Amino acid sequence: MKAFLKYLPWFFLALFVTEIGMVMRPKKDTGLYTAEFGRLPVLLNGRIQPLDSVARNSLLQIRSTGDVPLELLPSWQFWRHSKKLKSTEWLLEVCFKPEVADTRNIFLIHHPDIISELKLGDKGIEKSGLRYYPYNDLKPLVKEIFTQSETAAQVESAKQTTFQRQVLKLANAINIYQRLKNSIQPEGTTDFVQLLADYKAALPAGVAAMRAQQSGGDADKEAIQKFMRIGQQFEAAANQSYPRAVPPLDLAGSRDDWLNVSASLLGSIRTLEIPPAAGFYARMAKSYAADDAAEFNAATAGYKNWLVKDFSREANKGRSEFYFNQIKLFLHATIIYIFAFVLAGGALLTFGSWPNVSESLRRAAFYLIGLAFVVHTFALVYRMVLEGRPPVTNLYSSAIFIGWGACVLGLILERIYRVGLGSVMAGLAGFVTLLIAHNLALGGDTMEMLQAVLDTNFWLATHVVVVTLGYASTFAAGSLAMAYVILGVFTPVLSKGITHIELGKALAKMVYAIVCFATLFSFTGTVLGGIWADQSWGRFWGWDPKENGALLIVIWNALILHARWGGLVKDRGLMSLAIFGNVITAWSWFGTNMLGIGLHSYGFMDAAFKWLMLFVGSQVALIVLGSLPLPLWKSFSPKMDSGKPLD
Amino acid sequence: MLDSIYKFFTSVRLAVVLLALGLILVFWGTIAQVKLGLYIAQDEFFRSLFIYWKPNGSTLRIPIFPGGYLVGGLLLINLFAAHLRYYKSGFKRLGIAMIHLGVVMLLLGQLATDMFSVESRMKIREGASSNYSESDGRWELAIIDASSEKDDGVVAIPADLLMKNRELAHPDMPFKLRSVKYHINSALSETNETSAYELVKAENYTGREVWWSALPKETRMNFRDIPSGVVELVGPTGESRAVLVSGYLSRPFTVTAGGRELQLMLRPQRYYKPYRLHLIDFRFDRYAGTEKAKNFSSRVRLERAETGENREVTIRMNEPLRYDGKTFFQSSWDEKDEKGTVLQVVDNPGWLTPYFACVLVSFGMTWQFLVHLIGFAAKRKTT
Repeated sequence: MKAFLKYLPWFFLALFVTEIGMVMRPKKDTGLYTAEFGRLPVLLNGRIQPLDSVARNSLLQIRSTGDVPLELLPSWQFWRHSKKLKSTEWLLEVCFKPEVADTRNIFLIHHPDIISELKLGDKGIEKSGLRYYPYNDLKPLVKEIFTQSETAAQVESAKQTTFQRQVLKLANAINIYQRLKNSIQPEGTTDFVQLLADYKAALPAGVAAMRAQQSGGDADKEAIQKFMRIGQQFEAAANQSYPRAVPPLDLAGSRDDWLNVSASLLGSIRTLEIPPAAGFYARMAKSYAADDAAEFNAATAGYKNWLVKDFSREANKGRSEFYFNQIKLFLHATIIYIFAFVLAGGALLTFGSWPNVSESLRRAAFYLIGLAFVVHTFALVYRMVLEGRPPVTNLYSSAIFIGWGACVLGLILERIYRVGLGSVMAGLAGFVTLLIAHNLALGGDTMEMLQAVLDTNFWLATHVVVVTLGYASTFAAGSLAMAYVILGVFTPVLSKGITHIELGKALAKMVYAIVCFATLFSFTGTVLGGIWADQSWGRFWGWDPKENGALLIVIWNALILHARWGGLVKDRGLMSLAIFGNVITAWSWFGTNMLGIGLHSYGFMDAAFKWLMLFVGSQVALIVLGSLPLPLWKSFSPKMDSGKPLD
Repeated sequence: MLDSIYKFFTSVRLAVVLLALGLILVFWGTIAQVKLGLYIAQDEFFRSLFIYWKPNGSTLRIPIFPGGYLVGGLLLINLFAAHLRYYKSGFKRLGIAMIHLGVVMLLLGQLATDMFSVESRMKIREGASSNYSESDGRWELAIIDASSEKDDGVVAIPADLLMKNRELAHPDMPFKLRSVKYHINSALSETNETSAYELVKAENYTGREVWWSALPKETRMNFRDIPSGVVELVGPTGESRAVLVSGYLSRPFTVTAGGRELQLMLRPQRYYKPYRLHLIDFRFDRYAGTEKAKNFSSRVRLERAETGENREVTIRMNEPLRYDGKTFFQSSWDEKDEKGTVLQVVDNPGWLTPYFACVLVSFGMTWQFLVHLIGFAAKRKTT
């Protein structure tokens, strides 16, 4: 038993280290070079990204998942992995085998009114109460959906109904899908290689005839027609296309002047040459449609080698971001956080009654939090390098950074008071924030380019980082206070001693210390934000909702400290105040964005509003629980005397 | 009695209560923005002693909650008084003193900003220059002597004076001016669209009939009040004529009086500067393949005859030009063709206070926590 308890922590650590190792191991393509295709760089949303990111972010907006499951498994059979189409594989189908892609159940519609209005009730598939439809089902309805969405778009975003917002979302999904289909070759092309050859052959005569016609001379009508027939296809596709896949031809110009394939082919009118990238993509298109793996691999590898000559930076960016997409480190960190949370919770509950078990669980949790911290940090830094930005640039990255900050605080606390409290907090905060981040990522590209006013690494690194650390530490104090109330009311643990101090007292000290930190960070961060505003708009304080939200956190933390110094509250009062700090921070973080006004409103989110209200309700319930008279607290009822029950 | 007042104003309890009131105030003032809009909410909640409840259909104003000035003011008194009472010298308490001094500075600085700062906009087209900026919300009735080339040929009457039905006179004005009617926000029309419109009984430069209607004050962001009014010009012999002036009318109304040709125009209040800015180039950079703004910038030449200054500067997002006690920010642009810039001009004598306050408070807090931390670590070592 003793040996088992001794090695248990190491066993857990080894288990998860192995898992992470497996995940991060570089994988080679077998058969078709799909991964190699997914790594190819393109320009979209103003930034260079791999085709895989285009596929993944499009799927997230269309289906709310990063890949496409091919079979339906009941969700309780969680151990069975359904066969999946990975994001890049799906993109290959959309671009090169659209007739197959049109049958995939990818369009998520979850508003019952939309389903009934479009008479889709008996179509598509259902999984866990959500309905998915293939493009073929929606094709006859596209016109109606677009008409509806145009009507909805005329309503101010804050006043839109859920129905209208869902219609807009569906129309956006269809639009992305249609544009993806036209991104490499014009939709409906059966042999892109042949089309390019015909185009190249028709170009010189066609262009010459056009020039002759313009200058009023004798023109070869047939040559013009031959050339126009193909040119018009490219023109239509160029207006529809989504990512820009062809790197700039003029190496002396801007490196950002990428064109979509069709637009680059229209540019051939000037050069009379087919851009090499288009040629490679044409070979990929033809061979993929014909299931010719050898030719597809040759074309993909050939394009990659061509790119490396002048566009090695872009090619590397594609590779690195593709790798980051594949390893899904934040997901794995989330799993480790949950495990650590459960283990640390076990350690707390057995604390005092089974000291050996408790210590073993505590150490296991501590090691796992340590591992999660390493994984989380690695992913965070990797993202920063990919973006070339400080850690927080949008709501998504703020969630990731808040989790990271809370994890650091938890590790420090756990080092000081070795009872599992720090790990419980770190585990909970890490899990919840990464879950929130995951849901925020459903909106699309999380590495989007920044609006002009935000485009300054200095202020992002100072104001945003500091104020986000303020959020993180306020949440950290709040979650410790939650632990205090729950443990105090339901278990006798708080009255038990650790080395020289009761656990309850120790907790009070931790919360106090963290509130001090929170005050420092939130005040400094808020004032820095004001100074930034003064730099960019000429006013230090404008009572904008987000600014006010940050101010509320500062005021609240200052209030806690003064109430404590003035003797207005003791330990339990401090805990209730700290729990309310969670409410204020959550409102400042998300609630202010929901008002739909001000310079900081990133978009109205009604689903998040429900969760915010639930969270506020839970916190208020905990405050009520914490206000129960002492005799009702298991930890402090008179029957207990420093942890020993009086029989 | 005095003693208890002293105790009240120096107590930590008061600080806690004021912080709690501040918290509610800020929260309420934020939520109220949804309905009232930023500017009105700001005035009612933060730039006021009390928040008033105005029952529907009555003119009563019942104070129901302390406003920003009251809470902030009391907090200032509390901070000062508590210092007098509790101040102890020594390194251990130095941090607290710094924090509180910083907060005092911040509050006073914001009060100064509220009272003294003036914001206006300067619009310049590419290739042109400007030596004045226009107010966002204040209007003036300008009486311009068209024969004079210089700026001082202008008599500018602040719109506030037009709201009172007083008779106004000025040595440079060959007539007296009386405001007959003035709408802070208004609509003009060439037809009487709805019953809300009434015929304006005054002349205007178009010579056609005009209907007008009073509108409530604008609460939406990016929208402004456009005022209109009727003024009566009374000559020395008592003859008078009524003239419509309005923010909607883009051309002045011309009268001949005292042998001079004068133009009347209701326009945003102007602030003239002893120098001019010449716009060389305005740039609106977008991210490749998107409509998303990457940067806005204005290349301008600053020209000041009296000092011989003549230099080029670039004003862009997050990089304003600070000159002559004023700060010029890239604010907007001519949306028609992107060939004109709009600079926000801020004259705020208290702009530096937050910088000092931030440094003071951050140092103070860090100092205080280090003192605690060292104490804590020492205690852990001994036990």
